[in-house]
Amino acid sequence: MMGIIGDLLKGMGVTGRQMIATIFGDGMITTEYPKEFREKPDRFHGRHVLNRYEDGMEKCIGCELCAGACPARCIYVRGKENPADAPVSPGERFGFVYEINMLRCIFCALCVEACPTEAITMTHLFEMSTTNREDAIYTKTELLINEDGSANHMFPDDRLANLSELLQADGWMRATAPQGRVEYEGIPGWTPSAGVGLRPPEVGQSGDAAARDFTLPDDATSPEVQPDEEE
Amino acid sequence: MDWWDVLLVVVRVVGVFALLMVVTVLLVWIERKLVADMQNRLGPMRAGPHGVLQTVADGLKLFFKEQITPAKSEFLIYMLAPALSVITAFLMFLVVPFARPFDITLGGEVRSFTFQAMDLNISVLYVLAISSIAVYAVVLAGWSSGSKYPLLGGVRATAQAISYEAAMGLSLVALIMFIAVQNRGGDVMSMASIVDFQAGTYGATDGFLSFLNPIITHIPKWFILPQVIPFVIFATAGVAETNRAPFDLVEAEQELVAGFHTEYSGMRFAMFFLAEYINMFTMSALMVTLFFGGWGGPFLDTIALNVGPWLATVVSFGYFMAKVFVFLFLFIWIRASFPRLRYDQLMDLGWKRLIPGALLWLIASSLALAIRQFGLPWT
Repeated sequence: MMGIIGDLLKGMGVTGRQMIATIFGDGMITTEYPKEFREKPDRFHGRHVLNRYEDGMEKCIGCELCAGACPARCIYVRGKENPADAPVSPGERFGFVYEINMLRCIFCALCVEACPTEAITMTHLFEMSTTNREDAIYTKTELLINEDGSANHMFPDDRLANLSELLQADGWMRATAPQGRVEYEGIPGWTPSAGVGLRPPEVGQSGDAAARDFTLPDDATSPEVQPDEEE
Repeated sequence: MDWWDVLLVVVRVVGVFALLMVVTVLLVWIERKLVADMQNRLGPMRAGPHGVLQTVADGLKLFFKEQITPAKSEFLIYMLAPALSVITAFLMFLVVPFARPFDITLGGEVRSFTFQAMDLNISVLYVLAISSIAVYAVVLAGWSSGSKYPLLGGVRATAQAISYEAAMGLSLVALIMFIAVQNRGGDVMSMASIVDFQAGTYGATDGFLSFLNPIITHIPKWFILPQVIPFVIFATAGVAETNRAPFDLVEAEQELVAGFHTEYSGMRFAMFFLAEYINMFTMSALMVTLFFGGWGGPFLDTIALNVGPWLATVVSFGYFMAKVFVFLFLFIWIRASFPRLRYDQLMDLGWKRLIPGALLWLIASSLALAIRQFGLPWT
């Protein structure tokens, strides 16, 4: 009987000590997050950025090694010949399209290790929530750091900062979706005011395939089914 | 009985209602903050300074939420069960005196304004009766939801209620017997007189313990000292009665989703929530009233004589709330510390520990009282 009471008191002592440590000492282990940011560890794997050289040239040369190293297959790169009069990168080619699907990314940093020019590195940025699955695909616009070395955010400044943009007919859509922006180079956006056409009407699963935008050629196979050559 | 009396009753009832609502709002916040502290967290921080308005915000949110009715529910009972739980919670507090009464002159007549909605001469029985009815709210809510988890919660409530109310009643029998022997002819079951019986301190003794007189004459005559075991049993049963952790099998989240109120949403859920916290407050208030001298405390009579009865009332209310909040803190502390009892452990504790303990204490204390009253049988 006394043993039980002793055990009960012992249990209450644990919580009591924790309470005193939290109120008077340094027992608190949570912070008021959006108000207060906790210092991240040096090697924290946040989201990626594409770096530049000091003179402003892009480091990425469009070699696609990162895409090859990616175990989650979330990186899509397309290289392009550097224009002779205004080269984007010091190499022969540059990364024309660079997209990372953050929904698939496992933040393993193998792309960082694979990169021969240290173009892609990880940062401490971690706030990547979106209200839309397509917004989670980061394009070169967001990944490439600015000339002054600061990282681009998904929504430059505050997404609600540009009130005149919001006043337009589909301003909200453009403010909250990257493909709504004119400089977006991935999937063609469908917002009419950005000048890239209208979204085709959706057809259901039983709908006529010919009514869709695209048709696969008869001999084409899906690229994801092809086996890796190196293995 | 003129209309002044009616007015006074209305004022008291409204006052008790307001007190309970304010206490509930504060208590929910205090509980969340304290549990957060014990778990090294911050707890609510946004609504108001340190989140003190969080309960208000939650209440408003619940007020505007849809009230879902399951297709298989017994609608009438499903709708009435939350009301029953709130009504019984309010009713139970009506007999608890929470401040020192004072005299006012109304309509050319001196009346005693008591801070207690009503003083029954069977208050203790009334409390036990109402707390039994409160269980019906849980059982009926569980059954009428037409869903399996609530039903399990409701069935658990029945078994739990039977095993703990017996112990609770028995512990109070011993207490009432003690009071009755000490104060012959008094209203031994009226809460107001129970508080009065506990006023003052122990008198000086002239026996061999007389060297302790400086200490003894400062010990208040609270019933906790002679009746520790009934208090422990009453407190344990009280935690079980209010369905609080570690006896919250009725709403065991890990096993039964939310137990008896799984299917409730919006205001109906809020009513169960409100009832739980009012019950917690009432249980603490009952422990204070029955065992810790109610609103009584030092210097009350001095203040009433020298400054005014109104200040004594205010101070006594402060004493009452301070004592009650000690027990509320214990409720919360226990909740944050202990894991939920398994069902058979709950039954074991009720039937094999508390009830035999209460019975043994009842026999022992009645023997002691009889010997003190009539002497040893062989003398």
